[in-house]
Amino acid sequence: MIPELGQISLILALILAILLATVPMIGAWKNDERLMAMAPSLVIGHFVFALMAYLVLTVAFINHDFTVTYVAMNSNLLLPLAYRLSAVWGGHEGSLLLWILMLAGWMMAVLMFSRALPKVYRTRVLSVMGMVSIGFLLFTLLTSNPFDRILPGPPDGQDLNPLLQDPGMIFHPPLLYMGYVGFAVAFGFAIAGLLGGKVERDWVRWSRPWTLIAWAFLTAGITLGSWWAYYELGWGGWWFWDPVENASFIPWLIGTALIHSQAVTEKRGAFPAWTVLLAIAAFSMSLLGTFLVRSGVLTSVHAFANDPERGLFILAFMTVVTGGALLLYALRAPRIMAGEGFDFISRETALMLNNLFFAVSAGMVLLGTLYPLVSDFMGWAQVSVGPPYFSAMFILLMTPIVMLIPLGPMSRWKKDDMGRIVKPLVASFIASIVLGVVISGFMIDAWSLRAITGWIGGLWLIFGTASYVRTALRGRRRGLPRHQIGMIMAHAGIGVFVIGVAMVSSSTLQRDVRVEPGQTVEIEGYRFQLNEIASVKGSNWIADEARFTVFRGDRELYDMNPQKRRYHRGGQIMTQVALRPGFTRDLYIAMGSRLDDATNAWSIRIHIKPFVRWIWGGALLLALGGVVSASDRRYWRERRAEASKPAQPPVPGTGEEVPA
Amino acid sequence: MTPTRRKRLAIVMLIVVGVSTATAIAVTTMNDTILFFVSPTDVAAESYPQDRRLRLGGLVAAESVQQASDSLDVQFAVTDGNHDVQVAYTGILPDLFREGQGVIAHGRFDAQGVFQADEILARHDETYMPPEVMRALEEAGHPIEASM
Repeated sequence: MIPELGQISLILALILAILLATVPMIGAWKNDERLMAMAPSLVIGHFVFALMAYLVLTVAFINHDFTVTYVAMNSNLLLPLAYRLSAVWGGHEGSLLLWILMLAGWMMAVLMFSRALPKVYRTRVLSVMGMVSIGFLLFTLLTSNPFDRILPGPPDGQDLNPLLQDPGMIFHPPLLYMGYVGFAVAFGFAIAGLLGGKVERDWVRWSRPWTLIAWAFLTAGITLGSWWAYYELGWGGWWFWDPVENASFIPWLIGTALIHSQAVTEKRGAFPAWTVLLAIAAFSMSLLGTFLVRSGVLTSVHAFANDPERGLFILAFMTVVTGGALLLYALRAPRIMAGEGFDFISRETALMLNNLFFAVSAGMVLLGTLYPLVSDFMGWAQVSVGPPYFSAMFILLMTPIVMLIPLGPMSRWKKDDMGRIVKPLVASFIASIVLGVVISGFMIDAWSLRAITGWIGGLWLIFGTASYVRTALRGRRRGLPRHQIGMIMAHAGIGVFVIGVAMVSSSTLQRDVRVEPGQTVEIEGYRFQLNEIASVKGSNWIADEARFTVFRGDRELYDMNPQKRRYHRGGQIMTQVALRPGFTRDLYIAMGSRLDDATNAWSIRIHIKPFVRWIWGGALLLALGGVVSASDRRYWRERRAEASKPAQPPVPGTGEEVPA
Repeated sequence: MTPTRRKRLAIVMLIVVGVSTATAIAVTTMNDTILFFVSPTDVAAESYPQDRRLRLGGLVAAESVQQASDSLDVQFAVTDGNHDVQVAYTGILPDLFREGQGVIAHGRFDAQGVFQADEILARHDETYMPPEVMRALEEAGHPIEASM
């Protein structure tokens, strides 16, 4: 009986979403206070029922209710409780439910923190988000119902994919979804602005922290996914340009462009239409990403044919959301706001370049991701586009970005002079070249073009950002505002990231070797001695475990015990790598397969990965920068001021950010 | 034209030129790096682009896997039911590599007609069958159920 309550909750949430999307919207159009006043209670009700549906499914997992098909497919009696809780979003249906819950949660947050906005505008934002929710609820109820039953239920369930039985995987999808769904706020704001026919700067300011938080979540989610792939898939890579990864990376690239373009629009009123377009694009790409991954269209072209209902629904929904938004955009965008002009050398130009490069990069990734689908669909050829294409394009597009980033914050709004921008950076530039060569060439002995340019580029970002800190602090009694600290962290984070990527791609040592117990493998001064192959047992698996001792010179460093697991249900085989993380290098051992029964020889993969932690460290700095930036008082303070004095426009160009 | 308009035009032109260049580079890069899928039947008919890295897919033929016991060399045949292709690989095979399972190999043909693979892919999910492999099997007249 309980699962049916979940079903009913979902239907009630759908009804409330439909009401939310229509009644207050009409109220906003007719300027009817009473209709608009319904929005808050509808948002709350929508959240409550979404939460209820989610909890019901969770309870079904906790109680091993295998009469629910979804539970039977993704859980079993042996699965530990923590993984039963995360299995709720381990499959297609449940992850949609999580999406819906998060969207409802974001709507609640918007409701709580938007009291200062004009009522009509706020109502429209919430209504638009309600419309998005309708789409997801319908999709779930019509094609992917997590509460479907099988009667009688099987005595035991299938297994949750062992790859997903991992702490990294518990948090990866929710973080990613928080990011995807968070862009719905920026989307709602953009559409509400278009509906009203104008975009005010303080509305843009209002939406900035939301976009930043969503972007920070997305960054953290992608980072966690990369880290998970590194230690869980057993190949030692951190990014594969896999379509599934690209699906989350495209919204990230557009989101990055969006947070920068929002800054221009808020401060100077420039590119308002472009900002709105990016907000639409960021959310559309999030939708595309979710659906491509979740519908299986990407990993298997046949999913479309196999399940035409889902495929068609996806197409229809995408068409309505993106097409509708773009149509509205075409009708309204030309008139939404008049910006101010600017000179060629100015911060506006710097941010425009940022936008151009990030938008083009997103386009390139999209092209590479969708081309195989299009080619196959058109009957041209069955092809796959792989890392060579993406890497080449990325090096090409990101090099200018790395070079330009330190210049951006140094520049002034409206009109500036190249000499003035460059002058404080000269020292950093020289220092980064000298130190880059010294460190990569002499200190860590990585004499390759890629390593050296990586170090120079990374140090340039870090030093250039540091020079900015010095310039910005000059003549300031108090410290820097948080939105600037966040920006500084993020820009320096890219520097850390660049160094990590360059080192891993240029200087990784990888050996696939055959090892018998008692033998030793020597790589770069490290000796890996295989002592024995043991059998070990876990709660729902058994494994062969290779017991290694690692020496450096004569010094014994540590034991490393990679495993080859076999899960009881389904008999899936899984590689469990042994990792020794370090600040400047990781040691990584993965087991291949048993080669010879007589000698107990195994194929073993050993990696020494230099600076690989810097990749995730840099990315986390980015995410953290986003959060710190969003927490700035200016986004929240002026809102309170507005609440008491509603009609006070911000003074344009007071330029807190302008140095000197 | 007013100066503002001229400036705006210049910026727009710059963007157009930049984006077109980037697109041109993208398309050529893609042409150079794209991998074409071939099935064993395509190989038998020699209908595949020569001198390129290829993406060969099919099932690992039953009882074809020969693992050297003193090195990481492995040989196996990829089949679509009608034709077989010999594949050689040195290194560690993915966990889900098994006889009778779908597999994708990236590499080139050597002079003896053996496919020298530098990368072997079998997916994370054991119920998953690469779509190209499914189709190749269907076309060869030996369709199988995706979920084995």
